[in-house]
Amino acid sequence: MTRTRKRRGEQLMVPRAEFTSYYGRPIIHAPSWAARDIAGYFFLGGLAGAGSVFAAGAQLRDRPRTATAMKVSSLAAVSLSAAALVHDLGRPGRFANMLRVFKPTSPMSMGSWLLGAYGPAAGAAALSAVTGRLPRAGAVATAGAALLGPALASYTAVLAADTAVPAWHGAHRELPYVFTASATAAASGMALVVAPPRENAPARLAAVLAAAGESVAAEAAERRLGMVAETWREGRAGTLLRAARALTLAGAATAALAGGRSRPAAVLGGLALLGGSVCTRFGIFAAGTASAQDPKYTVVPQRNGG
Amino acid sequence: MTDRNLLSGPEPEPARDAGHSQPPERVGFFTDTSVCIGCKACEVACKEWNAIPEDGLALSGMSYDNTQGLGASTWRHVAFVEQRVPAPEGRTELPLAEGAVRVSEPAPAATPEGSPPTAPESSRTPGDMRWLMSSDVCKHCTHAACLDVCPTGSLFRTEFGTVVVQEDICNGCGYCVPACPYGVIEQRPDDGRAFKCTLCYDRLGAGQEPACAKACPTESIQFGPLDELRERAALRVDQLHEQGVGEAHLYGHDPEDGVGGDGAFFLLLDKPEVYGLPPDPVVTTRDLPAMWKHAGTAALSLAGGIALAFVLAGRAEGAR
Repeated sequence: MTRTRKRRGEQLMVPRAEFTSYYGRPIIHAPSWAARDIAGYFFLGGLAGAGSVFAAGAQLRDRPRTATAMKVSSLAAVSLSAAALVHDLGRPGRFANMLRVFKPTSPMSMGSWLLGAYGPAAGAAALSAVTGRLPRAGAVATAGAALLGPALASYTAVLAADTAVPAWHGAHRELPYVFTASATAAASGMALVVAPPRENAPARLAAVLAAAGESVAAEAAERRLGMVAETWREGRAGTLLRAARALTLAGAATAALAGGRSRPAAVLGGLALLGGSVCTRFGIFAAGTASAQDPKYTVVPQRNGG
Repeated sequence: MTDRNLLSGPEPEPARDAGHSQPPERVGFFTDTSVCIGCKACEVACKEWNAIPEDGLALSGMSYDNTQGLGASTWRHVAFVEQRVPAPEGRTELPLAEGAVRVSEPAPAATPEGSPPTAPESSRTPGDMRWLMSSDVCKHCTHAACLDVCPTGSLFRTEFGTVVVQEDICNGCGYCVPACPYGVIEQRPDDGRAFKCTLCYDRLGAGQEPACAKACPTESIQFGPLDELRERAALRVDQLHEQGVGEAHLYGHDPEDGVGGDGAFFLLLDKPEVYGLPPDPVVTTRDLPAMWKHAGTAALSLAGGIALAFVLAGRAEGAR
């Protein structure tokens, strides 16, 4: 019954090569969340939040088509987010209970209030931009959405990390940076897709910054995770995260090198960046599930004091 | 400590800190696995009293344990460990009490190279087995991650210091499920809401002990004020050590541990993970202040990064 496992490779600082478990059964429960809803929300929330910052920047810097397009993109993304979140509830009819308390120890409670404030701001900004009505109010809403957007993009990392899931909690310091970099990559990708080339210089720069930032942050997260980083490198998560890296880097490179001259290159680069962000979120989600399902990732780090 | 941190560390009165002004004594369980006979009366009594639905009648094939683990519809779970070889680290199985037959011994083939068999006693017979049985339950942590992360306030701290789900409020968000470091709380698939042990909140209110403790025929499950249980448990460990059961140890009793001590703690005869328990669990919200700080910095870096991109792009265009 005491199942003994050889740990794979490298981690020689761990003296014992075995761990025991109860018939190999997981110790913690994996999240019951559907990947499509929750990993999808991580992506969409990031796209919306970083997109609102883009929209505000474009409005200030006289890039009106980018501004309007990004506002519409953010409204669409946040609407889909809300739908995904309600859909994932065990009792969707009770979604309003999310606003029953204001509870800083619960990232989900904070996120609900954040969405409750951000959503209407993003909606008002988009409606004003599309209809051309109430430009003053539209500018206020744009500013509000741009202030709340970064929080929306980063809090989802806390949502994931504030659990007992080893692949998430173990990287709780780095995960917010991975998420905001991925959100920036997604929003710059969207801007590259929707904006004319003469307006897309900021998106190209942001794409490069985001790709670099995400690489560094993800690398730091894996280093911090130690043996648990296996779950980021193997199986479905490994495939997704490798695809994410390839797509993000290729997208940023394409955008930087050719996106300023060629609309098709900009669109292609933008789509690759969006796809890379999707893969990052679904990959990290899959790593979390994998780390929860194998008792090794709960037992060994706790045995090693960390 | 002067500045008490309510997210981790010792917290003598969780019920008072949760807003109960005149709380009764904190109560809990002490589960002494050295006298558990694996009868599962606790599982049955719990199911019956709490009207928990049936959740599978399959045979696991792994041992006499066909329940397999705690979940939405299993609030007491009797783990059933069959050991043929000693656990790593030279730990060997021990007799359960005075007069019990000493069993088991290290099987040379399964012994890690270089570590000699450590069984000190002559009474061990090669190839023998021993059974360890343990009735697992919600730990009713002093710092309960499920309660901390619950976004609706459905999970709450009762006046008895226990942690209970209000089923009329839970909206099935599922956040408590991966937050629990012990894998206790779970959503019931056809219902959507999260369920777990209430420490028989209804019975406590009527001055009764929980159904599982009432049903336990060997007093393996002991219910009472937590302070009293801790004293009793320490005495029991001393008694077992005197009887030669050197590996008897308490699990979850220490207010200094990662969850501030459990309201339901255990006397174990092998490492916690052998019973499916985490060896050194920590309430995830202990690190929440650090997480919020990093999230704030990350949000600022996002805004700063995009602002930088606009500034640089504007300069490049202006220079043209």
